[in-house]
Amino acid sequence: MTATHPEPAGNAEAQGRAPSSVAYDDWIVKAFVVATLLWGFVGMLVGIYIALELPFWPANLDSPYLTFGRLRPLHTNAVIFAFAGNVLFAGIYHSMQRLLKTRMFSDALSQIHFWGWQLIIVAAAITLPLGLSQGKEYAELIWPLDIAVAVIWVVFAVNFFGTIAIRKVKHLYVAIWFYMSMVLTIAMLHIVNNLALPATLTRSYPIYAGMTDALVQWWYGHNAVGFLLTTPFLGLMYYYVPKTANRPIFSYRLSIIHFWALVFLYIWTGPHHLLWSGLPDWVQTLGVVFSVMLWAPSWAGMLNGLLTLRGAWTRLRNDPMIKLWVVALTFYGMSTFEGPLMSIRDVNSLSHFTDWTVGHTHSGALGWVGMAAFASVYYIVPDIWKKKLYSRDLINLHFWLGTAGIVLYVVPLWVAGITQGLMWKDLDASGNLVHGAFMDTVRVLLPLYWLRLLGGLLYLGGLVVMIYNLVKTVRGEAAEPAAVPAPAK
Amino acid sequence: MSVESPYAWHRRLFEGRAAVFAITATLVAAIGGIAEIAPMYSATLGPKPMEGITPYTPLELAGRDIYVREGCYNCHSQWVRPFRDEVKRYGEWSRAGEYAYDRPFQLGSRRIGPDLMRVGVRLPSVAWHYEHLMDPRKVVPQSIMPRYPWLAEDRLDPEDVRASVATMKKLGVPYSDEDVAKVPEQIAEQGGAIANSLKESGIEVAPDSEMVAMIAYLTRLGVEGHQALAAREGDK
Repeated sequence: MTATHPEPAGNAEAQGRAPSSVAYDDWIVKAFVVATLLWGFVGMLVGIYIALELPFWPANLDSPYLTFGRLRPLHTNAVIFAFAGNVLFAGIYHSMQRLLKTRMFSDALSQIHFWGWQLIIVAAAITLPLGLSQGKEYAELIWPLDIAVAVIWVVFAVNFFGTIAIRKVKHLYVAIWFYMSMVLTIAMLHIVNNLALPATLTRSYPIYAGMTDALVQWWYGHNAVGFLLTTPFLGLMYYYVPKTANRPIFSYRLSIIHFWALVFLYIWTGPHHLLWSGLPDWVQTLGVVFSVMLWAPSWAGMLNGLLTLRGAWTRLRNDPMIKLWVVALTFYGMSTFEGPLMSIRDVNSLSHFTDWTVGHTHSGALGWVGMAAFASVYYIVPDIWKKKLYSRDLINLHFWLGTAGIVLYVVPLWVAGITQGLMWKDLDASGNLVHGAFMDTVRVLLPLYWLRLLGGLLYLGGLVVMIYNLVKTVRGEAAEPAAVPAPAK
Repeated sequence: MSVESPYAWHRRLFEGRAAVFAITATLVAAIGGIAEIAPMYSATLGPKPMEGITPYTPLELAGRDIYVREGCYNCHSQWVRPFRDEVKRYGEWSRAGEYAYDRPFQLGSRRIGPDLMRVGVRLPSVAWHYEHLMDPRKVVPQSIMPRYPWLAEDRLDPEDVRASVATMKKLGVPYSDEDVAKVPEQIAEQGGAIANSLKESGIEVAPDSEMVAMIAYLTRLGVEGHQALAAREGDK
């Protein structure tokens, strides 16, 4: 009845071993792992800095290059495209070669992809503080960089599908489905949202105007969440959870249903960012309805991951990598419940424009994306450097720093968001604003901003512990022979 | 497996055939976007410019580009929702047609500071904006906004602004050839007027400074929409 995946990723170290004739390209995986840790640190550090600027404005040092308005795009682009992007590439290059039992289609394309992507990140880190921006959230990069992103993405896509074409295993495991939908859908989103006419080398104007531009932007924006921060991370989950737990995925059926449901439903949800705006009502309603429907396949994915651990729950006590996955999947479940909730018009009327949204984003980003990324990297590093993991206790410490950091980040922002939302709406008996001075509704937030900063620092501290642990791992002793099972029969 | 899985069709149809899988997944993902975005280009369903809304002047457009450059949208919305409290605080709620010439749109997503949709109606004083941009705490004690003193120093390049106006024209914004030709004159004229009224408050700033462009943009925000909506009320 419960059909298992024909390609059970778990329960067989041998599964990940190439036929003796295949040498996987592990250099590229190592490169993306290093880039992940480097940019993760930088991106989160910028986040810390702008979190400081809110309760303590002089932190911008009166420099045009360091204002919140210029650095927030740097933070968001860095964590989305540099941290999350690089870890996805690391995980995809690592897992797809093993799942398809072939080396990547072209080492040259892999190299171009890697160096091109890092160059774009460096260019972004220079242009955004200079104020060179398209002014659309998560799509701030100026048009020459947008073209570079498109070109490098095509290089990646050719390499990706080329590898699929030369695969030694006919069947495509579920992780590959999720990667495929990312490669294709992100290309579509990026290109369509950035269609613009250049005025100068650094400035362009979108071909869409006003509310249409807003709609296209949020179609893009929300699906960057959907197809960069969700589906491919589910792909990583489908590979690394069974590997880590040494168990096959709970349900083949669920993975089919939630894959197609996610791919179909996600794309409609963008208008929930524009509720109560001038966007036609029917579009807003579609955004709400599809957002609520999206709850079901999201939880199907969460459950498929969590239930893969059934029978292994005791390891939750002593295996920090299982803990990381459980907390990642739990935050995935929480934020995909919170999202539909916030997309309901009446909830949105309170939550929109407040820190509730920022907290929601970070429970997904720190909780789901971050923790899933860490768990994947903890698996990848010992595997490809062929080293014994330096310290499981330090992973445990990372787990607690990260989890405590998320709680200290998200809870104050819930309080801040709801407080400010209610204060804005507060009317007295004669229908006048109780808090007519906007600043009154900002002052109350400042203590919460300090707490949020502390949460962010803890989370970043966890990353530092991780980097230390992995550096020691790479420099440390080789994996014990016992850790490498005998070659497959 | 001895018993065929109820999902064997999926395995046969997709799981061994990458091209079929990839094309199908792309089409499935494309449907929602097409269904929602395409109608925006329909004459009946899509947004149309509101009567009384005119394109930005070159100086205002330059100011708007500075607004985008400084990332003002990260803290300020331009979007009044149709709620009693928002209308009380910010003025008339926003209509789609008011944004007709906004490229890129700047609705924003977070109000770390107040909404600016109708800041030109609420705060029409050019001197107020000058003081506020130079040091927000001078007019709003306890404000957490950065200072923007460099706007008073940096100058506009009229040819750069002309490139923007010409590009907007190509995109269909109703500027005439004359508008494009006279960009420097227009900047000098409107900038001079703003600099003069600042001078009346004892403020010296160059008419072609970024500060003046920014003030030109901010003080026009929402004004035309407000007037057009007030006229509509009058018709009733």
